[in-house]
Amino acid sequence: MALQKKELAVAALRNGTVIDHIPSQMLFKCVNILGLQRLGTQLTIGNNLESGKLGTKGIIKVADTFFPDAVLNRIAYLAPSAVINIINEYEVVEKRKVELPATVVGIVKCDNPKCITNNEPMLTRMEVLDAETGEVRCHYCNHTTNRLKANLL
Amino acid sequence: MNTSSLVSIADLSKEQILRLLKQARYFEENPNQRILEGRVVATLFFEPSTRTRLSFETAVNRLGGRVIGFSDASTTSSSKGETLKDTIIMVSNYVDLIIMRHYLEGAARYATEVTATPIINAGDGANQHPSQTMLDLYSIYKTQGRLDNLTITLVGDLKYGRTVHSLLMAMRHFNPTFRFVACDELRMPKEYKEFCDKNGIKYTEHTDFSEDVINSSDIIYMTRVQRERFTDIMEYERVKDLYNLHNSMLDNSRENLRILHPLPRVNEINPDVDDNPKAYYFQQAKNGLYARQALICNALGIDVPLYEKPFNE
Ligand SMILES: [Zn+2]
Repeated sequence: MALQKKELAVAALRNGTVIDHIPSQMLFKCVNILGLQRLGTQLTIGNNLESGKLGTKGIIKVADTFFPDAVLNRIAYLAPSAVINIINEYEVVEKRKVELPATVVGIVKCDNPKCITNNEPMLTRMEVLDAETGEVRCHYCNHTTNRLKANLL
Repeated sequence: MNTSSLVSIADLSKEQILRLLKQARYFEENPNQRILEGRVVATLFFEPSTRTRLSFETAVNRLGGRVIGFSDASTTSSSKGETLKDTIIMVSNYVDLIIMRHYLEGAARYATEVTATPIINAGDGANQHPSQTMLDLYSIYKTQGRLDNLTITLVGDLKYGRTVHSLLMAMRHFNPTFRFVACDELRMPKEYKEFCDKNGIKYTEHTDFSEDVINSSDIIYMTRVQRERFTDIMEYERVKDLYNLHNSMLDNSRENLRILHPLPRVNEINPDVDDNPKAYYFQQAKNGLYARQALICNALGIDVPLYEKPFNE
């Protein structure tokens, strides 16, 4: 009975993308990054669901939408634990973890107001120092920030 | 990729640093030459710094090159909202080398990404100022005859002092021992102490500018303690004179000790030190000319002889 309830919490998807294992506190940041507000397709967002490894987790299910790698890389910065499932006719046809690259470009805002990236129309470029905490260093001004403090672009 | 540029001292290997020092030495022996004949160099100072600009422009002029540029951004199109990128690309059309100073951090790194013309960073906000570091290294090399195994004492503002951070990073190749002398509020930041740990650099921390510290140093590098760095003005009043150097404090110091300071100084070095042969800050500034001549030729890909003869100072 309990199991059934959990499954009902997120509706089944015929075609589309499921992003699972998002840490709860990162869910809405991920929603923003994916631009879900602008989507007209059917979508389900669940949060604070029970999860063995994360405590609680968030999940996003989007019908008929497949995100480009550039977008999924942003998710990788916010939620390196996330798992992407590609669904076709109710079947998972592809399942993979997101990958946090060594350098994240155009995703994290530098928190140094005197940084060139905050004063010139250009992309930010952050070197990942610690994948666990999301600690990154600005390629331009050398300031560091982390996942919890960081503002995303 | 723009590879002959110099944005940060950390971009230079030990071999490159040693080469540049020997070239600086060559220029000290031969400061006036025509090797930049026919070259045009831009000095773009988006933030005024008369001292640095004059040093760079003298370096170009003494080598027979020509200089164009501006000394203050308020006279340029960037004050009308032109992007840095557009200014750099425009100037790149005219010159062989751009020497730039900017109030924004990372400006020079970004400039190297929008042009193939070499860039020398003459200071970007609180971030990097590699030509200052080169002249500091040259001054140490020249006065000590070597860079290896020296005890270097850094005094004053170790928290915000860009020059001491860069010097520390550059010295990682040369097995130094550092002494950090500062009040609690201006201590060496954690990230630089971690840098020391990671690179096997020995250091000790002191709040007292004591005789022990002075007498065991080969180099004392003084910096300015600025009032505006303090959150607590009472604290500033309490510590402002604790890190001032007087001539009498040098009585039992090592024969080879030299006092460095990036200038301008205020009270941190008493004028009574100036006549002591261990005071080196005025010559240090002059060394900037030779260090910059070497950096300019290097950025332009001009071969400069390496002067190997040891110093007898
Ligand atoms: Zn930055």
